[in-house]
Amino acid sequence: MSTPSTTRIVGANVPRKEGVDKLLGRACYVDDIDRDGMWHGATVRSSIPRGLIRSIAFDRRIDWSEFAIVTAADIPGENCIQLIVADQPCLADGKVNHCEEAILLLAHPDKHKLREAVGAVQIEYEPLQPIFTIEESERQDVAVWGADNLLKSFLLEKGDVDSAWAHAARIIEGEYRTGAQEHLYIENQGVIAEYSAESGVTVWGSLQCPYYVFKALRAVFDLPEDKVRVIQTETGGAFGGKEDYPSTLACHAALLAMKSGHPVKMVYDRMEDLAATTKRHPSCVRHRTAVDRNGKLLAMEIDLAADGGAYATLSSTVLSRATLHSTGPYVCPNIRLHARSWATNYVPYGAFRGFGAPQAIFAMERHMDEIAAAIGIDPIELRRRNFLHVGDTNATEQLMREPVILDQLLDRALKESDYHARRAQFARENPASPVKRGMGIAAFYHGSGFTGSGEVYLNSLGGIDVMPDGKVRVLVSNTEFGQGTNTILTQIAAEALGIDYADVTMAAPDTGVVPNSGPTVASRTSMVIGRIIERACSQLLELLREHAGLGATYTPAEFFAACERYRALHGEVVSLCRYEAPPGIVWDDQRYHGEAYGAYAWAVYVAQVAVDTVTYSAEVEDFWAVQEVGRVLHPVLAAGQIEGGIAQGIGYALYEKVVWQDGRMANNQMTNYIMPTAEDVPPIHVSFEEIPFQFGGFGAKGLGELPHDGPAPAILNAIRDATGVAFNSIPLLPEDLYLGLAAAQPAEETAAR
Amino acid sequence: MSTNESATSSKRWPAIRFNVNSEARIVKVPPMKRLLDVLREDLHLTGTKEGCGEGECGSCSIRMNGELVNSCLVPVLQVEGADIQTVEGLALDGALHPLQEAFLCHGGAQCGICTPGMLMAAAQLLERSPNPDMPQIREALAGNLCRCTGFIRIFESVAAAVDAQSASPATKLTTEQMHHAR
Repeated sequence: MSTPSTTRIVGANVPRKEGVDKLLGRACYVDDIDRDGMWHGATVRSSIPRGLIRSIAFDRRIDWSEFAIVTAADIPGENCIQLIVADQPCLADGKVNHCEEAILLLAHPDKHKLREAVGAVQIEYEPLQPIFTIEESERQDVAVWGADNLLKSFLLEKGDVDSAWAHAARIIEGEYRTGAQEHLYIENQGVIAEYSAESGVTVWGSLQCPYYVFKALRAVFDLPEDKVRVIQTETGGAFGGKEDYPSTLACHAALLAMKSGHPVKMVYDRMEDLAATTKRHPSCVRHRTAVDRNGKLLAMEIDLAADGGAYATLSSTVLSRATLHSTGPYVCPNIRLHARSWATNYVPYGAFRGFGAPQAIFAMERHMDEIAAAIGIDPIELRRRNFLHVGDTNATEQLMREPVILDQLLDRALKESDYHARRAQFARENPASPVKRGMGIAAFYHGSGFTGSGEVYLNSLGGIDVMPDGKVRVLVSNTEFGQGTNTILTQIAAEALGIDYADVTMAAPDTGVVPNSGPTVASRTSMVIGRIIERACSQLLELLREHAGLGATYTPAEFFAACERYRALHGEVVSLCRYEAPPGIVWDDQRYHGEAYGAYAWAVYVAQVAVDTVTYSAEVEDFWAVQEVGRVLHPVLAAGQIEGGIAQGIGYALYEKVVWQDGRMANNQMTNYIMPTAEDVPPIHVSFEEIPFQFGGFGAKGLGELPHDGPAPAILNAIRDATGVAFNSIPLLPEDLYLGLAAAQPAEETAAR
Repeated sequence: MSTNESATSSKRWPAIRFNVNSEARIVKVPPMKRLLDVLREDLHLTGTKEGCGEGECGSCSIRMNGELVNSCLVPVLQVEGADIQTVEGLALDGALHPLQEAFLCHGGAQCGICTPGMLMAAAQLLERSPNPDMPQIREALAGNLCRCTGFIRIFESVAAAVDAQSASPATKLTTEQMHHAR
């Protein structure tokens, strides 16, 4: 195991691998690419949330002979986007289940002719009753998906909840809600597709998971592996939003390419992107918790419901992660957790940074403060009394074998934020001030990598090769979309091979070039893929020592000379490795029991919030983020991930509201979907504790999703501290603050008299 | 309105003359065509990005006669005779602009899609106020949305560029040297 002092490149702030191209404006995003003879595509979408398609008519004012027109009837293979459950059509065929569902595709050489043409396709529907809330879906009066609207459910049980209530000093109940959230990557979804009978389908696009798109295209076109190729272009932000949706868009563009005989580009504008693509699952979580008189958790009963939208997409795995993060980083002997994802007639909800964990952690961490208030214990102390430690088991009875340093993280967060002094100061100042300040905290973990047996099932293959030009290439299907994949994986390879950072490049993220090392999701890249690359490098060094005379110590020049000797003997210099699970990872998918994740990242976040009781605005004034994420491979990139995730979390808590009108997003513009700006983000103080994880790449665990988990509960806990009012629903906008504070005021005034 | 068949060479549209990154350009395109599209489609300067198309995100920020503008909101007829600077004109003589260098070292760019606009906004600030404080930096960048960084490293990058400008310029790396880092 390496330590920080023994590495040269891992742990150093090397320049971002593709940074210069991005800074010079020459990085090539999909909309920057033109293909010879390229046409442009557009989508005719459902204008109703649910119904049968009665007729499709084409207005005669358009010369339709200029257009390529694609319907479900043109699909050569299966009319279905392959993901987990095969329920979502590539193009609606006879019925629609949400607004903006794709019905028909158009392509034309001139993109400016498409808007009018889309409007000139008239679709008549026979409307069916839609469902717009979790509660309606739960009632099952109307079945919009399957027989019962239930996309997925999990039951997790530990101990004996039913006997625990009798021994409780207090039982505290609460209900917590979270809203939809838009990814708002600044680069909209986009792809270019080409088709020929000889070479099949080729797609270039802004996407996270080339092999997901590959799988989807194969099914829709009924093509063998060698007739489908997917290439990721520079990707301008993703956050989960380009995990599943690009599969649909790629199929659409490729169908148009096949029909038109031309390359076809489809790049959404912002309004279409916001209206038609996935968002974070809304949730409603009910907690019922038994505690003893010292605040020790005795039993938890949790009922978690998520709105999955019209199709299953990734709802089952989002629900899984929500389930596994619902009980927080605490010890509780008796747990019963029912989690259900319900179908509604909204655009399907999808992956978004945190993947269900932010919803579950919002509920748990908000609830902890309500428990503390109910039993009169400081919220800090309540958490401390219940923290997991090494040797404890969590909700799935996973034994904590790796170090758990929650106490240390908490102490550091309290110290760095000067928590107690600030709280005392605000308690003195608030009564006389129209601006009420408060401090709030959230403690949480985030599991790294796929859940349970997921990584074994993925069976990722990745590695390196050495090119004749004297460059090592990292061969993975894991993609760069800002988070630093290119940089950290080349750092790891350079470190492990003992060569310079500049000597390592990334192979093109092209399914024709790189093996399937799995999707770029689930905070798995640094830990899981990083480890595969590290092992592939060791494996190559062994080969070179055995077959090409590489010495025990060597210079970079000697390394490359040995590579050339090896090439002369074997034709190529390549080293690939498959994922190997850490020992003792046993997971029971039926009982939801066992080692849910190979490793956890741990964190304690603190928010300082000011609530203006004149304007009813809440502002995060300062923020502290203390976390243990294993070895930090690149401090600047890592801090950038944390800060960016916290800003998104602040938006999730206080700004970002998807406004629905009859199943459509009504505020599908940046003018009225509001994210935090440079004027809104507070100072963010990021600190890391580093405990290398021996089964991660150079000791790394995952950190990309972690920072989205903590801000919302920390902020709402701070608002409770500031105002004395419990707000249990996000986003919390000024109008919500007004209603909550106004409702609480008479009681307060009465008390004051 | 159609553009593809009426690109630079078309005789149907009057010529519009302006300078882009100190180079004289002539385009013959529909006069209401967005400057953003003229830059990207007719002049093949794709460094300027579209994020929202309605002047909210600032990704298409360029400098026009010394003012920072959203090029998605400017019809090309308005640039007759104007001096335009895009991200492609920021690095000079093969050397990264101090802002580009600072963004590279301090994590100011993640996915990179807001970066060209962010750099132009920052360049505008530094020209107007060579020694901005943090509130000035925040205000100057408030029209440019970044979804990756939470802005913190962008602020630090701009502050570092300010420091670098006041220090000796001798340590500047050329773009070629930086590129060798790849």
